[in-house]
Amino acid sequence: MNTKAVPPKKLPGTQLPGGERTALGVLGGTLMVSGLGQSGVSRLILLGLGGGLGYMAARGRNPLATALKVDQNAQGDVQVREATTIGKPVDVIYAQWRDLSGLPRIMSHLERVEVLDGRRSRWTAKAPAPMNEVSWEAEITADEPGRRLAWRSLPGSSIENSGEALFRAAPGDRGTEVIVRLTYRPPGGSFGAIAARILGEEPAQQLRDDLMRFKREQELGYNPTVNGQTSGRADAGQRKPAPAAQPEVRRDLGSETHRKGEQ
Amino acid sequence: MKAIVWQGVNQVGVERIPDPELLLPTDAIIKITSTAICGSDLHLLDGVIPSMEKGDVMGHEFMGEVVEVGRDVKRLKVGDRVVVPFNIACGVCDFCQRGLYAACDNSNPNHRMAQALYGATSGSALFGYSHMFGGYAGGQAQYVRVPFADVGPYKIETDLKDEQVLFLTDIFPTGYQAAEQCGILPGRDVVAVFGAGPVGQFAARSAQMLGAAHVIVIDRVPERLAMAEAAGCQTINYEQEDVLVALLESTGGRGPDHVIDAVGMEAHGHGPGHALDMAERVTGMTFDRITALRWAIMSCAKGGTVSVPGVYGGLVDKLPMGAAFGKGLQFRMGQTHTHRYIGPLLSRIEAGEIDPTFVITHRATLDEAPELYKTFRQKHDGCVKVVLNPWA
Repeated sequence: MNTKAVPPKKLPGTQLPGGERTALGVLGGTLMVSGLGQSGVSRLILLGLGGGLGYMAARGRNPLATALKVDQNAQGDVQVREATTIGKPVDVIYAQWRDLSGLPRIMSHLERVEVLDGRRSRWTAKAPAPMNEVSWEAEITADEPGRRLAWRSLPGSSIENSGEALFRAAPGDRGTEVIVRLTYRPPGGSFGAIAARILGEEPAQQLRDDLMRFKREQELGYNPTVNGQTSGRADAGQRKPAPAAQPEVRRDLGSETHRKGEQ
Repeated sequence: MKAIVWQGVNQVGVERIPDPELLLPTDAIIKITSTAICGSDLHLLDGVIPSMEKGDVMGHEFMGEVVEVGRDVKRLKVGDRVVVPFNIACGVCDFCQRGLYAACDNSNPNHRMAQALYGATSGSALFGYSHMFGGYAGGQAQYVRVPFADVGPYKIETDLKDEQVLFLTDIFPTGYQAAEQCGILPGRDVVAVFGAGPVGQFAARSAQMLGAAHVIVIDRVPERLAMAEAAGCQTINYEQEDVLVALLESTGGRGPDHVIDAVGMEAHGHGPGHALDMAERVTGMTFDRITALRWAIMSCAKGGTVSVPGVYGGLVDKLPMGAAFGKGLQFRMGQTHTHRYIGPLLSRIEAGEIDPTFVITHRATLDEAPELYKTFRQKHDGCVKVVLNPWA
């Protein structure tokens, strides 16, 4: 087993991968050429747009991605990192993660994880229609009980990704600090990552929500919710499907509840 | 049930909506016997707090009788009479364990919004105070769902009237915390309070209870100043005097040892949110309505405390940081850790040290509340504090 620590390299800003740079350069050049053949406003627009894309290709940076803080490395992989502190002992938190088949309870994008053997597992994630789900095989690349767990997809996977979770005791008996780093290659390159960020389906947000939900599950045993509460809206009191940010844990409320008072 | 519902900017109304239900086993349902309009509700009316939605139930100062409890509620029973803190705390996270209930990590289902604004996990959720602060339905209604029912509600087991204990839910602890965190040296320290609204009134009286040698209250509304004078405070009307000169004179040239800003950003500086944040950056515009805070810093004595119960939400510009540094001031601020003050302050009420009813100027029904929101905002009719009876 490869236990060598491979922390994702943090590069300033956002790097466009080579393929994307070439495509952008070609597109920019084409726009500029066709702009030269035009006149008036469309000439200005095409030249400007083409020049802009060419500039992006030349610099190797996507300014939109930088502005939106989409963090990519030189290979074009998007990197996502998040941390939280949970008021439970390290071994308890580590055990939750080491049980790979239970990971979908923590990470909401995962549908299921099947453990194949001591090292390999099959991961299935939700995906937008028409795919609905994607699967890949992954291997554990590091397992240091109570400290670190790392994994990566096996070569040839439909979605290349890797990740690691670090665990350490928070100072002052405050429980466990959990640091999660995920690296993946977004479909559609940096533009796919930007679109996902704008649409809110972005792994950084999802990971933040997931860790918060995990923390609350551990500390409270449930997540707080306002889903289904009363309001002056037409849907008052109706139960909506819980969004990832506030999953609903409605246990059986039991029969020993009481109610009195006027209506 | 009847409830006061946010219908849009400058619009609240009485509506019949479904009764609240238990959503989690740790919830309770309270039949509300008394509720109040808070100065901070005016920010919602004005639309300066983002993430209100039409149909949201208003109100975060309320008390009543427990009529239903979830299976996991251990401490509360049906029939208990309780006051409920305006902030919602889980009681188990590291912050709650340290008594920092307003910083609760776990109570806000919409933690994402606040996290983006403040660079940290969200503080506690609040009742009836926008979706950014949790989206919990409020208590200007006949019933309310109270989450973490074993943590927040405090039983009232004496025969004190609702009006005597209602303000334990917010404004009394808020004024008290503001005074307490000044670290007043009894018989020696002079305390100035900017803003003679309900929180300023309780801050001034709390400073007296904590032994301040002298308390000065600054405002411009005569009946509010008169209310402070009735408690034995000196008052300054800033429209009639140069407030900084008057404060120096009142303190032999030293300045007040501690200054409380019970004004906050009010309408203008208050609205946080990315929209305003972005607008400010794009247009180069700055929030510039921090007069009270600026005065507080400029008037405070060397080595003193500037304590801020007034609400701030966004960015502040031209803060006299040099003066604060030069005088070695201490800043204390933030939402009130209400839970930890209810017991001690109830004891003070029971002991007769303070009768919180002094602040009430208007009593009304829910049906009359929308009109009183306007009266309160315009400070008409001597309005300082409105108490509502949801069943009248």
